[in-house]
Amino acid sequence: MANTAKTKSEKATLAARRTGCYIALVLISFLCLFFFYVLIVNSTRTHFEIQKGFSLLPGKSLMTNLKNVLNDANIPVLTGVRNSLIVSACSAALSVYFSALTAYGIYAYNFRFKKAAFAIILLIMTMPTQVSALGFLQLITKMGLKNSFLPLIIPSIAAPAVFFFMKQYLDASLPMEIVEAARIDGAGEFYTFNKIVLPIMKPALAVQAIFAFVSSWNNYFIPALVLDSADKKTLPILIAQLRSADFLKFDMGKVYMMVAIAILPVIIVYLLLSKFIVRGVALGGVKG
Amino acid sequence: MGEKTNKKGSISYAKWGYIFIAPFFIIFAVFQLIPLASTIYYSFFEYYRSGLKVIGPSFVGLKNYMTLFATDLPKYFGNTLLLWIIGFIPQIAVSLLLAAWFTDLRLKLKGQTFFKTVIYMPNLIMASAFAMLFFALFSDNGPVNAVLVGMGILKQPFSFLNTVWGNRGLIGLMNFLMWFGNTTIMLMAAIMGVDPTLYEAAELDGCTPNQMFWKITIPLIRPILVYVMITSMIGGLQMFDVPQILTNGKGGPDRTSTTMIMYLNNHLFSKNYGMAGAVSVVLFLVCAVLCVIVYMSLTKEDDGRSKAERKALKGGKK
Amino acid sequence: MRKISRRNFLLASGAVAVTAALSACGGSSSSTAGSTASSTAASSAAASESAAAEGKVLNIWCWNDEFQGRFNDYYPEVSEVAADKSTTTLKDGTVVKWTINANENNNYQNKLDEALLNQDSAADDDKIDIFLIEADYALKYVDSDYVLDVKKDIGLTDSDLAGQYQYTKDIVTVDGSQRGTTWQATPGLFAYRRSIAKDVLGTDDPTEVQTYLSDWDKFNDVAAQAAAKGYKMLSGFDDAYRTFSNNVAAPWVSGTTVTVDENIMKWVDQTKEYTDKGYNNQSSLWDSQWASDQGPTGKVFGFFYSTWGINFTLLGNSLATPTAEGGKEEVGNGIYGDYAVCEGPQPYYWGGTWICGAAGSDNIETIKDVMQKLTCDEAIMKQITLDTQDYTNNEKAMNEIANSDYKSDFLGGQNHIALFAEAATKIDMSNAGPYDQGLNESFQNAFKDYFTGNVDEDTAKANFETAIKEKYPELTDVVWPA
Repeated sequence: MANTAKTKSEKATLAARRTGCYIALVLISFLCLFFFYVLIVNSTRTHFEIQKGFSLLPGKSLMTNLKNVLNDANIPVLTGVRNSLIVSACSAALSVYFSALTAYGIYAYNFRFKKAAFAIILLIMTMPTQVSALGFLQLITKMGLKNSFLPLIIPSIAAPAVFFFMKQYLDASLPMEIVEAARIDGAGEFYTFNKIVLPIMKPALAVQAIFAFVSSWNNYFIPALVLDSADKKTLPILIAQLRSADFLKFDMGKVYMMVAIAILPVIIVYLLLSKFIVRGVALGGVKG
Repeated sequence: MGEKTNKKGSISYAKWGYIFIAPFFIIFAVFQLIPLASTIYYSFFEYYRSGLKVIGPSFVGLKNYMTLFATDLPKYFGNTLLLWIIGFIPQIAVSLLLAAWFTDLRLKLKGQTFFKTVIYMPNLIMASAFAMLFFALFSDNGPVNAVLVGMGILKQPFSFLNTVWGNRGLIGLMNFLMWFGNTTIMLMAAIMGVDPTLYEAAELDGCTPNQMFWKITIPLIRPILVYVMITSMIGGLQMFDVPQILTNGKGGPDRTSTTMIMYLNNHLFSKNYGMAGAVSVVLFLVCAVLCVIVYMSLTKEDDGRSKAERKALKGGKK
Repeated sequence: MRKISRRNFLLASGAVAVTAALSACGGSSSSTAGSTASSTAASSAAASESAAAEGKVLNIWCWNDEFQGRFNDYYPEVSEVAADKSTTTLKDGTVVKWTINANENNNYQNKLDEALLNQDSAADDDKIDIFLIEADYALKYVDSDYVLDVKKDIGLTDSDLAGQYQYTKDIVTVDGSQRGTTWQATPGLFAYRRSIAKDVLGTDDPTEVQTYLSDWDKFNDVAAQAAAKGYKMLSGFDDAYRTFSNNVAAPWVSGTTVTVDENIMKWVDQTKEYTDKGYNNQSSLWDSQWASDQGPTGKVFGFFYSTWGINFTLLGNSLATPTAEGGKEEVGNGIYGDYAVCEGPQPYYWGGTWICGAAGSDNIETIKDVMQKLTCDEAIMKQITLDTQDYTNNEKAMNEIANSDYKSDFLGGQNHIALFAEAATKIDMSNAGPYDQGLNESFQNAFKDYFTGNVDEDTAKANFETAIKEKYPELTDVVWPA
């Protein structure tokens, strides 16, 4: 019928929409990147320049700040990066895998306390954690786990928010028919979960892995309570240490440099994992 | 949820349910339940430290709760809700829009990887470092004021950090910037989980992008939307670090940016587990009630309807 | 333990003599602690025997590496510092373990509290032996059973402590028992811009300027004159707070009643007036406005600053080109040379770190020696000041520098050490109390809203009362001056 006219006007609106999108995206990107720009600019400026206010132009102290950070024996940057990587990677992996497992357990099976279990997990999520932090410290002291990475990693197996996301994701995108088909083919339950369900959940896993990694990477409060020795400290603890330096050594240039160094690895991890999210599109087609 | 479970209910599989959820509950019991239980327990006690001297614990019944309700608790609750709303509304709106754009196959936006990366980046900066940047940008002699005055929008610098709405606005802005990327990514992941053939079918039927978004995307990602709503609400009610850092722990001016958890935190100065426990319990109850309401209203009838819609669409396609 | 102490004392005094002799002939600021330390090597062998009964691990807790630096550089018994600085080995084989916990989010105090409360059950080598505290919260620890009396328990004598400024002892004294010592004294002065003083008062001479600023009424008059010429007297709301809060008639709290001192209410009135009339720049300590007010573009008459603030922060802020970018600390770079100091209206101090011995320590003799060397030893104290410009806690040593021809180019050739030395003896901190930090912070915070016009005075008072009852549940009443 009027197909040709329709496609023409459609093309025009599409082009207009696209332009609108680009303008909005560029504005938002500018807003986001601007903070990074200021961060990087500040890491090239000296303490006193930073103290006296903002500048759009970089200073000349990039190398000085970098050297100051790397040469400070009390701030073992590389060890800090290593420690942060260990803690964040392990806790991200554990929380994502076990949350998916728990979510699948509640989604796919019918058992007596299923609803209660789901409700309990949701309730846990609504309990503020601030108060229990010191109780947690006393607990791990009694368990002899102080100054160890374990109390920072193991508890992430029970991550209610990650679980909830996985459960909702399964609700939205895993038809039980697939599981039943696998059972008919004689697949074991763990096999079905690991080889069939997990691949379908890849976008969700990647998303939550990123979030878990970043929040663990930037976490200061609990690690600062748990870790003592210099060779165990994570990056946020080292940054806090730079920030509480005495007047002789207090150096905002160093602080900003350290923050910049701390951000690099997360950006890399993010870029790596975001590919899985994009690839999720292709996987989406498989299951229909 | 109910009907689904009935369908596949076969007793031989039940034990797998327990096995699959066991690790979560064991770890939870060990590392969280004990501290949580003591939080509730001590809310009925007078238990704090005066310097290094431990006072109590001695049982006082509901005294902590009575003290609590005699304070400005409603004010802090109101602050918390307000601060959450001014951050959350732009956050969910922008996130939905962006997620729709990124996943709209017809738009074919170029540079998507770049944009997707960039919007999440503010979340990579530690809140404390982010706040340092905010202080630099929004101080009375900072660049934002310089630009606003330079453009003639303001006659004299606006003291963002010393006025009620300046402070609240900054807290909202920072929350928005830190979290809209997260929400966008989650929504994107959800939209990508939607069967693409549905869109193809809809397109053949002559649906506009608008219609597809509201009629297909939104109903199908409803579970994730519920997730976003609930976690954001919980996160909002437990809002702490952003206002804490941006107001230097003061929650000012005149305590107008003091959130519930900041109030709770004030009690932890003296390790006042009694009062802090009472605040926690109240907050927990409020949170739980709100979550139940939101969860019910968003899932109750929809669960059936969205399934029906999905079936109808699938049927239509065939 | 007691029976070896005399021998230790002899050795220790021997070391002092050697150190004193060395720095006396060395004189120049380049003679570092390294050389001091090696010179006492002779006595180390004997020392290692005598210390055998002592624990082999000395745990020191602190929140930054300031004391660690002083210790490694100036403690004569140091033999080796680990590459990552996490431990320091003493000549007698004792290993000093450094536990550094930054105080962001109150983390240092949280962990220290837990560790002290568990001190009894900890293994000997895990027990805290020494921990550091800041003036603001010193009394919280000093007024507890977890800290050793430096004389009765640790064994320092009155003559050991005689050289220290009285106020540094008062702050850590409870019921006549002194429970900490410090190597620093931090008397405060008023640092003003010479050029602005000349413009406003017609003179930049410190003695004459002081006559214009010697009490608060005069100070306020100058503020009005400065404002008439387009200057601000002070930068922020809290700039003058310490000068008021250090001169109160009684401690904040007696029993469970908080009494707001009249002097503190004077600060409220003054600051409100300054804010309303534009005598200050509405900045806060450490914010960017405050820092840039101290620099070349600043229009502020002066700043209340103590020792470290003048030598480091103010100096750094005054330069137009920072030293890291090739700027020189010399006249012509920014406003270097345009500042001078005078006593100002009231004596006060700002800052300082105290060393405490922890109850339950098995290293009493080592703690005693550390305190003796690093807070009582005149020669070491003087050396620290000559090397680092840190103002140290030894009246005699500081007076020596004060009476020399020492000149600060930054302050236009003024000998500010002389003024510090004078001011330090006038500080009276006998009214310090365990609530100082919490109450001062809450007070400044509550009244900032009043200054900025967000609340009226009564609301500010009510907010202060609310805040302190949250912090200190044991406090019941607040009494305001009539």
